[in-house]
Amino acid sequence: MPRTEFSPSISSRPVYGALTSHGASPAIMLAEGPGAEALIELAGRDASVMDRAHVIFVPAGTGFGDTLRALNPKLYHEAPSMAAASERFTKALTDALMGTRLYLAGTEGLIGQASAQALAVGFPAGAIQSEHRGSIARLMQCVHCKGMTDNVTTDPFICSHCGLTLFVRDHFSRRLGAFQGVCVDAETPGIIPETQEIQP
Amino acid sequence: MSSQMLRVTEISSLSPLVKLFRFEHPDGTSLPLFSGGAHVVVEMPDGELLRRNAYSLVSDPLEGAGYEIAVRREDTGRGGSLYMHSKVAVGDMLRVSMPLNLFSLDLRARKHVLIAGGIGITPFLSQLKQILRLQVPFELHYAARSSAEAAGLGLLPDLPQVHVHISDQGNRMDLGAILSGQPVGTHVYTCGPEGLIASVDDTAARLGWPESALHSEAFLAPPPGAPFDVTIASTGQKITVGPHQSLLEALEAAQVDIDWSCRGGACGRCETEVSSCHGRIEHHDHWLSDDEKSAQQKIMPCVSRFVGQEITIDR
Repeated sequence: MPRTEFSPSISSRPVYGALTSHGASPAIMLAEGPGAEALIELAGRDASVMDRAHVIFVPAGTGFGDTLRALNPKLYHEAPSMAAASERFTKALTDALMGTRLYLAGTEGLIGQASAQALAVGFPAGAIQSEHRGSIARLMQCVHCKGMTDNVTTDPFICSHCGLTLFVRDHFSRRLGAFQGVCVDAETPGIIPETQEIQP
Repeated sequence: MSSQMLRVTEISSLSPLVKLFRFEHPDGTSLPLFSGGAHVVVEMPDGELLRRNAYSLVSDPLEGAGYEIAVRREDTGRGGSLYMHSKVAVGDMLRVSMPLNLFSLDLRARKHVLIAGGIGITPFLSQLKQILRLQVPFELHYAARSSAEAAGLGLLPDLPQVHVHISDQGNRMDLGAILSGQPVGTHVYTCGPEGLIASVDDTAARLGWPESALHSEAFLAPPPGAPFDVTIASTGQKITVGPHQSLLEALEAAQVDIDWSCRGGACGRCETEVSSCHGRIEHHDHWLSDDEKSAQQKIMPCVSRFVGQEITIDR
């Protein structure tokens, strides 16, 4: 699955590039599903990027595990879910030294959550790189009840916590690592725009 | 620039070359509090000349009873520090600006590493008081040539996080050792000679630190140079800048209206458009980008000079 190209939007909307190597610097790499391909291509451009890399991979039904392991990272760990990988990822972040690079590859939800967690422990924004791969589903926060709904693919959508119909905004919270959803029919109760598939 | 007349209430020697001055309000009223790393500009009426020098505050940011500065005597300098050392006495009234901070702590940092060279210790003395109150991990590294030169020693708290490197005692500062192995979320602050700041930046870059974690302050005294003429675009007036005068001082002497703040090429307040320039601007500031400097369409009058046929500035 190739890198996703998103259409330009407001300045708070995150933009994702292609991962670029910082050579054999200490690195934490977190990938989910098709995100593995971003790491495989990164190592293809510069194999030394794996010399001191701690790779954490959530396969999510993909078969990239063996290829990733064969790139010979310093540490390789596979977890069945992001929740299961969370403790290891948190420990890696908090134990990191200045000069450590963070490489993230996967969906917006993964990149947003992992970046927010890294920034919260003091990781400098300039040391975090991300590449979008896979589903364009979004992690949305309801600005009314504050509940998070993951894997949102339509606009509007129903908040899984309070049941309001929410408009999918491009406005993004770096602190929460999630997009903000706002009640779509607050001023005209019951008048709800037609549901559409989210576009990149 | 808002300022107030303050009374000198105490002068003491910190080292053979450095004196501490304390200022208080003549009515005993409390002065505005500040944040660690802030500075004030002190005005010194020296005969025909009105000197203005920026000094870091070394007192406690949360103490409003008085402001303290440390002044190093520069015998070959432009005269401001000599004036402070030889002409100012306890009881004198001097005009002092409100504190301004161009070198504040990044409060998101998980740890602060402070690196001082020589008199560059001054902004860290107030920062330290703030850090100790915040209870955030820190390290201070203070490098000086000799212990007689290390004027800040007496003002530093006796703490294991404070490291003093005296080079003539063979204890040189090893930047590689200081910057490697720091936990993620560390910010580094450097104040001192240009060479020290450049070495910290180079070492940090080599170890993969992003620029956002690096902070530095180098207040520059306006460097001397050959005299030059400047034309003021709005009036056609021609002003001569003397060899030991800055363009900013020449503009002030000629009553040309210009705003300023740090007077040391760091804050950007006196940035001035150049409408025509036949020659070379000697940029000495830390404000303009390299591209802006080479374009020669802007000048920082506080520290930069000109060599060539003709320059007209938009004032």
